[in-house]
Amino acid sequence: MAIRPRQARQKLFSLLLFNAGTIGVLAIWWIAWRLELINPTLFPDPFATLATLVRSLFGGDLIQDFGFTLYRTLYAFAIASVIAIPLGVIIGANRKVYQSFEFLIDFFRSTPATAMFPLFLVVFGIDDFSKIAVAAFAGSLVIFFNVAYGVMNAKKTRVLAAKIMGAPRWRIFLDVMFFETLPQTFIGLRTAVSLTLVVIIVAEMFVGSTNGMGHRIIDAQIIYDMEQMYASIIATGLMGYGLNLIFLSLEKRFVHWM
Amino acid sequence: MRVQGYDFMPQPAPLSTITGQQTAHITVRSLTKTFAGRDLYRDFNLDILKGKVTCIFGPNGCGKSTLLNTISGLIPYDSGSISFEGKTLDRVTIGYVFQNYRDALFPWLKAIDNIEYPLKVMGVSKSERDRRVRTLVESFNIQIDLNRYPYQLSGGQQQLISILRALITEPDVLFLDEPFSALDFETTLFIRDKLQEIFQSSGITMVMVSHDLEEAVFMADRVLLLTKSPTQIAEEVDFFSPRPRTPDTLASADFISTKAHCLQVFQAEVRR
Repeated sequence: MAIRPRQARQKLFSLLLFNAGTIGVLAIWWIAWRLELINPTLFPDPFATLATLVRSLFGGDLIQDFGFTLYRTLYAFAIASVIAIPLGVIIGANRKVYQSFEFLIDFFRSTPATAMFPLFLVVFGIDDFSKIAVAAFAGSLVIFFNVAYGVMNAKKTRVLAAKIMGAPRWRIFLDVMFFETLPQTFIGLRTAVSLTLVVIIVAEMFVGSTNGMGHRIIDAQIIYDMEQMYASIIATGLMGYGLNLIFLSLEKRFVHWM
Repeated sequence: MRVQGYDFMPQPAPLSTITGQQTAHITVRSLTKTFAGRDLYRDFNLDILKGKVTCIFGPNGCGKSTLLNTISGLIPYDSGSISFEGKTLDRVTIGYVFQNYRDALFPWLKAIDNIEYPLKVMGVSKSERDRRVRTLVESFNIQIDLNRYPYQLSGGQQQLISILRALITEPDVLFLDEPFSALDFETTLFIRDKLQEIFQSSGITMVMVSHDLEEAVFMADRVLLLTKSPTQIAEEVDFFSPRPRTPDTLASADFISTKAHCLQVFQAEVRR
């Protein structure tokens, strides 16, 4: 069915209203640039920046760096999930064991993962994998903590309900505990994917990298290519935003009851 | 301590309160349970009638739910025996309806899969499960879209699903822990009627905890009045008014006098 002009106008209006904040910030940026309120060598034209972003995405090599960073982030995230989910379930299922690990967990959770770079460099060498390993380490702590917490705080009534039906332990675990824990697990996964991206970007900036978005941002800064730098920052932001969006929609699909 | 590994325990002698053709379905003898250094039950004896509705009522903290949960095996006890017509708990099928349907149903399963779940645990095939759910739903004339998830249903519908889930295995005994307490008044009346209907058509033994004396007497064939802890039976009051019971029942002389008597016993217990 064709959209009538009035409907189209209404749609456009609500779209503008919905993004009023974004448009406002862009406008302020443009005015600040236009009136040269901030040193123009540090603060480029927003529209030129967006143009650079589009140009680098479709014509330049930004997409390759984007791909490298995405690959490292997802690799680290996958390692973190595979290690931390089972561990979280096992340790979360036993409160005494969890308590005995509580200090260590809280300690490493409070330690910035980036402080561990030198250690990981020593252990894994200066190649790509040490970056992925640090990010996986940081991500796995977040996933582990959330999964264990989810297991510990599962609704006892549902477990009792299954027990009274005569369900054996493995069934209670697969049919009840797994789903009980799923909402908290997803929160852990979503937080972890954001965190692994942060760690990967920092690693690409400072830990001898020749590619990736972190390297690209630092490179642009060194040669004072501000448009490229801002464009790369925005592209990295889009990656983080996109990953979060994907996880939110997965969460909505798999945890439909929350 | 429970005797494990024996199908049959010697059938204990009935308590004196059982008369006529009434027989005991559940027999509790010398039940002792301590919690946090306090005696919850000491040498507690009880017979629950077969094919009757027993409502448990008593002062706050007297362990109404604890008694229900101990008999149904949800929580352990220290010593004594609980037998179901001579059989241990693991040899009988029971159904249990929890107080809060929101915490008891599986929200990740559709209503129909919730009802079927106990059969799935027993290893019944999918087609047979579906058939039995259809039969059950038809026999109680229940009009709920079973393809919805619990959170898409009203509170009353959800509690009804919980009740069906407890009944699908055709249990020997149905335990209900304050099944109306999370429902509004209108829904409570509806579920009460449904429960009566279920009871009349199946003749299942029901044991229900209630915190509302009127409701307890209305639903019960026998009201079990408990004392403050350490819990003993204050009195067992029979109310054999014909079913289905209606709002007229509430106005009958028999109901009023039974309720008044229960209230007297209860108040004497609370003041003690």
